[in-house]
Amino acid sequence: MTIGSDLEVVDMDVVLDLRGLDALIRVLAQDGRVVVGPVLRDDAITLAELGSADDLPGGWGVETGPGHYRVRRREDEAVFGHSAGPQSWKRFLHPPRRALLSSDGTGFHAAPESPVSYAFFGVRPCDLAAITKLRQVVGGPAPFVVAAQCTEPGEVCFCSSMGCGPGAGSGYDIALTERVDGDGHRFLATSGTEEGAAVLTRVPSRPAARHDVELADRDVAAAAGRMGRSMPEVDLRDLLAANRDSAHWEAVAERCLTCGNCTMVCPTCFCVSVEDRTDLDGNAERAQRWASCFEIDFSYLHGGAVRTSGASRYRQWMTHKLGTWHDQFGTSGCVGCGRCIAWCPAGIDITEEAAALARTGGGRP
Amino acid sequence: MTSWVPTPCRVVERTVETHDCVTLTLRPVTGSLPAFRPGQFAMLYAHGVGEIPISVSGIPADGTLVHTVRAVGAVSRALHDAAPGTVIGVRGPFGTAWRLDGVEDLLVVAGGIGLAPLRPVLGHPSRRTVLVAGARTPEDLLYAGDLLALSDVDVVLTVDRGGHDWHGRVGFVTEPLASIPLDPERTTALLCGPEPMMRFCARTLLGRGVPAGNIQVSLERSMQCGIGLCGHCQLGPLLVCRDGPVTGYPEAEPLLLAKEL
Repeated sequence: MTIGSDLEVVDMDVVLDLRGLDALIRVLAQDGRVVVGPVLRDDAITLAELGSADDLPGGWGVETGPGHYRVRRREDEAVFGHSAGPQSWKRFLHPPRRALLSSDGTGFHAAPESPVSYAFFGVRPCDLAAITKLRQVVGGPAPFVVAAQCTEPGEVCFCSSMGCGPGAGSGYDIALTERVDGDGHRFLATSGTEEGAAVLTRVPSRPAARHDVELADRDVAAAAGRMGRSMPEVDLRDLLAANRDSAHWEAVAERCLTCGNCTMVCPTCFCVSVEDRTDLDGNAERAQRWASCFEIDFSYLHGGAVRTSGASRYRQWMTHKLGTWHDQFGTSGCVGCGRCIAWCPAGIDITEEAAALARTGGGRP
Repeated sequence: MTSWVPTPCRVVERTVETHDCVTLTLRPVTGSLPAFRPGQFAMLYAHGVGEIPISVSGIPADGTLVHTVRAVGAVSRALHDAAPGTVIGVRGPFGTAWRLDGVEDLLVVAGGIGLAPLRPVLGHPSRRTVLVAGARTPEDLLYAGDLLALSDVDVVLTVDRGGHDWHGRVGFVTEPLASIPLDPERTTALLCGPEPMMRFCARTLLGRGVPAGNIQVSLERSMQCGIGLCGHCQLGPLLVCRDGPVTGYPEAEPLLLAKEL
């Protein structure tokens, strides 16, 4: 972005109105991509294939809290004015069930792959970071990503303290920043890749002025100050490593139902179990399905499960997410999207549990 | 998905070892398998039942692969029962191998089926090898006849419960460890067996002056993929399929001491 007067045109960046946004969806689809984005369904903002900008949840926001999620009408018609919903892009990059291979008893055949060319539309910065972390583990083709910078953090959000938002980090093809004010409903669009820039040339837009960029920067900066939550300002990896024997895990276990909701809604939790299905002709199919470290069978070894107590299972999840993910993949497994807080039926808050561990100083009881 | 697809291998030989253990010799139906090193494991697939990690218990030069399987669950029971001619799926090799470079004095300590992954390191003429192997009863001792025939290995066998026709040692493997002659600084110890057994053996050896860095253990966790994707084999920071199963004791000890890790 260049520096100049308020009216000076800024390199690369353009401004789209709703018509331009609609054109962007259509152009991405015309190129053979399956465009997936937020839609309102069953009183939640979920992810589904978009046909046009009309499918977006215009005018809908959300209200979140520990164990709480409600959609609400907004005062404006913003389409990205909602924080993370119950689904994440994980369900497309790492589907809940995926066939692996078939066997007739003498030979094995890899399951046919039908690669879908996805365009993810309206990816929030926390989820943009999650896509990078998840693909680091499970691989797969890179989707085309249209990020939507966050100007509307929710009550359970803490991406800022995880370094994953509210501005979009790397990994997007196009980043949008939405604004609705007296000057209308519009989206500042910045390209992150040549492919993104090429797509933007095909949709109606006007050049962005310095004023547009400043407003977007200001809105995103303001969002950083409106995060509902934050992680304690300590090295979380060290904190978890020092707290393996903390008595606090028992205190969490008194509330935790070990239901596994947190692992299902987490945009980076990648664990799977493999299942065999046989038919009456003697053929077998092997498939993976999402698994949770809260399942008692997850750690099953001959003779029984390693982690039988709820305390050990919660410790495994939180320690992996914030600590040992670093050992395994060189980064944190958490992006601060807050889904695990909103969708925990007991309202367990990972930021509060981390703060509780930090307060006890990492020592043994 | 290709990394999930096994190589079909035929059971060419099935040797009954004990009342619940067999040794299977597997040969690829076509082509060949990558070379395995002692300590590594394969994912063995029983058709329609499932797939489990099994350490390699023999690496013949003729391109076959040898695994010893104890029937404890549905998949291991199916593998155990596989008659010669049966096709089994094999993926691997996976995981880390025993580190043996420059080892002169090798102490091998095995409990039960834990002897299987250690068998390929026995009988190497360039090093002195002492094997201390324990089992619940004399009937559970693996390879017992073969072991006593190994010329380059001093073999100490012990059982938890002897019978009236057992004239050998009775007691835990830690007992002979406390008294066998060894040069602590020059000894490399490889341990494989139940976790408490490995902990107590390591304690005994540390007490005798064997440096912790000279002790290696083979860890075990639930595994469903072997390639760091399923998450089941986590043990603290480790993905045991990738960072193990063979692990240095300094790294393993705190993980083995933590309950329900």
